[in-house]
Amino acid sequence: MDTFWELFTDYTLRNVALGSALLGIVSGVLGCFAVLRRQGLLGDALSHAALPGIAVAYLLTGSKAPLVLLFGAGVAGWIGTLLIGRIVRDTRISEDSALGIVLSTFFGFGILLLTYISKQNDANQAGLDKYLFGQAATLVASNVITMAILGGVALLVVGILYKEFKLLTFDPAFAASLGFNPHRLGILLTTLIVVAVVIGLQTVGVVLMAAMLVGPAVAARQWTHSLRLMIGLAAFFGAAAGVSGAIISVSDANLPTGPMIILSLTTIVIASLLFAPARGIVWDWGRRRRQRTLALNSAGPGSGLMLPATDPRPSVKKGDEQ
Amino acid sequence: MSTGFVIMLTGVLVASACALLGCFLVLRRMAMMSDAISHSILPGLVGGYFIAQGPNLLVGFLGAAVAGLITITLVEVLKNTGRVGGESAIGIVFPAMFALGTFLVSKYFANVHLDTDAILYGSIEFASFDRLFIGDYDLGPQALWIMGSLCGINLLFVGLFYKELKLATFDAGLAATLGFSPILLHYALMAVVSITTVGAFTAVGAILVVALMIVPAATAYLLTNRLPVMIALAVGFGALAAISGYWLAILLDGSVAGAIATMTGVWFGLVLLFSPTQGLVAKFRRTGQQRTQFAADTLLVHLMQHENTAIAATESQVAHLSSELRWTPPFAETVIGLALRDHLVERQADRLALTSHGRGRAEAALEHHG
Repeated sequence: MDTFWELFTDYTLRNVALGSALLGIVSGVLGCFAVLRRQGLLGDALSHAALPGIAVAYLLTGSKAPLVLLFGAGVAGWIGTLLIGRIVRDTRISEDSALGIVLSTFFGFGILLLTYISKQNDANQAGLDKYLFGQAATLVASNVITMAILGGVALLVVGILYKEFKLLTFDPAFAASLGFNPHRLGILLTTLIVVAVVIGLQTVGVVLMAAMLVGPAVAARQWTHSLRLMIGLAAFFGAAAGVSGAIISVSDANLPTGPMIILSLTTIVIASLLFAPARGIVWDWGRRRRQRTLALNSAGPGSGLMLPATDPRPSVKKGDEQ
Repeated sequence: MSTGFVIMLTGVLVASACALLGCFLVLRRMAMMSDAISHSILPGLVGGYFIAQGPNLLVGFLGAAVAGLITITLVEVLKNTGRVGGESAIGIVFPAMFALGTFLVSKYFANVHLDTDAILYGSIEFASFDRLFIGDYDLGPQALWIMGSLCGINLLFVGLFYKELKLATFDAGLAATLGFSPILLHYALMAVVSITTVGAFTAVGAILVVALMIVPAATAYLLTNRLPVMIALAVGFGALAAISGYWLAILLDGSVAGAIATMTGVWFGLVLLFSPTQGLVAKFRRTGQQRTQFAADTLLVHLMQHENTAIAATESQVAHLSSELRWTPPFAETVIGLALRDHLVERQADRLALTSHGRGRAEAALEHHG
C-alpha cells in the first residue's frame, strides 16, 4: 500500500510507472490490429530491426540524446517494415521467414556497429546498449513527455482512421473495393507500430517488446467480440501491467522493470485465457464433461444405444487430448 | 590451429548445423520458432546453474534443452486452444520465458556473472581458449567438439528421416494417411532445433542462431526448386557468411557473431536482387518486357483498326500515337523501335504502316486478348 501512495509522491516511481503505463496503452491499442491481422510478431521483428538505427544515429551525430537515437531507431524499424513487405510480396518466402530474416540480420548489424563504436576509444558510447534490455528505472520526466507526445500522435491517428483500420483488418478486399489502398493503410498501421516500438525500447527493451504488443490484445480478445471494447480493454491491460510491473520492481531493488512488466502481463493473459466468460478455456472443460455425461446418460443401457468404449466423436476426443 | 581458424571453423560448423534444419523451418513456415527457442532457454540455463550450484556445461545444456521443449509445447498448447493465432502464441510464450529468466537472474544470482549480453550475442571470439579436457589431456577447443557433434546429429536426423520430413513438409495430409505422424515429426524436428540452438548459442549467442537457421535457407530457397539442392546451397551460404563475417569483424574490430549475421543478410540481399528466377531485377525486367510487348500489340491493333478509314492518315502519325495511347515519348520510341525491329510496322515518312506480318500479329492479339 505504501508503494501505491509513492506512485504520486516518489519522483522516480512516478516517471517509471507513467512511462510504463503509456507504453502499455499505446502498444495495447496498436497490438489489437497487429494480432487481428495475424501479424503478432511484427513488433518483435521491428524492435530488433531498430537497433542498428540507434548505432547509426549515434555514429552520424555523436549525440546520445534519446530523441536522436530513437529517431534513428524509428527509421531503421521503418526500413525493416518495408523490406519485410517487399520480400513477402515479391518472392515466395513466407512472412515468418521474412520477419526472421529482417530481425536477425538487422540486429546482428546493430550488434556489430555497437561493438565497433565501443572499440573506438570513446567512453561516450556507454549506455547505447541499454536499449537492448530497456532501463525503465532511468526514465526521467523529459523521456516520459517525449513518450506521451509520440504515443498521443499515434493514438490520434488511430482515432481518425479507426474505420479504415477496422475495414483493413477484417476485410481488406472490401476496403480495396471502396477505394482505399490497403497496401498504404497497412504501411501506415505498421509505421504506428514502429512508434510503439520506439516508445518501448527505452522501457522494456528489444526482446520483450513482442509481448507488449501481443499480450494485451490477446487478453482483451478473450472478453469481448467488439473491436472498440477490445481496444479499450487492451489499453487498460497494458497500462495495468505497466504500472504493476513498475511497482513490483521498485518494491524490490534487485528486480528489473521490463521483465516484471512482462510477467504481470503474462499473468493477465493466462487469467484471461482461462477464466474469461464465454471464451475461457476452463468453461470448455466443464461444458465438454457435461455434454459427455449427457450423451452417455441418454445412451444408457435402456436406450439400446451404447457408445463404444473409445468415443470416436472428434469434439469430445479433442477435449480429452488437449 | 590459429585462433582465427578455430573461430571460422566453429562458425562454419554452426552454420552447417543450423542450415540443415533451417531449410525445413523455412519451408514449414516455422522460422520464428527458432527465434522463440533461442530466447526462451534463458530460464533453463538459470535452472541448470541453480541445480548444479555453479556453471556446469552438461546440466546447463540439459536445463536449456528442457526449457526449449517447454516453449515448443506451450506454443502448441496455446495454438490448439483455438483462442490464439500461432504467431501470437509465440509472441506470448518466449518473452514470458525470457522475462522469467531475467527475473531469476536478478533475484537469485544478482552477484553471479551470468551475462545477458553474452546470451544475446555469444562469445565465438574466445572459441579457441575454452578447451575440452579428458583428465589432463587437451582435446582441443570445446566449441568445435560441441558444434561438430551437433552437425553430426543433424546430418543423421535429416539423413534418416529425409523422406518423412520431405513428405510432412510438402504434404502433411498425405504423410498422415500413409501412417507417419506429422505431429511426432514436428516435435522431433523441434527437439533437434532446440538442442542445436542450445549448443550453438553457447558458442555464438541467440541472434546468430536465428540468423544462421533462417537466412541461408531462405537465400537458397530463392535459387532452386529442389530440396536437396536447397539444403546444399543453404549450408554453402551459411559457411560463406561465417567466413566472410569473420573477416568483416576483423576489419571493423567488432563482434564476430554480429558480423556473421550481417553477412548472412548481405548474401541474402544479393540473391534477392539477382536470382535468375526469383530475383527482383529479373522480375522487374520481365515485367518491363511484358509491358513493352503488350504495348507493341496495342500499337498494331490500333493501326489495324484505322487502316483504310478516313482518319487513317492522322491516326498513324508517329507524333499522334503517344497522345492517343497516352504513352510518354521515350516509351513510345521504345515500343515503335521494338515493332520496327521485328518488322511488324514500316516507317512511311512521318507515319507507320502495318506489314503483313504485323497485321497477322494484330489479328492474333485481338483474338488472344479479345
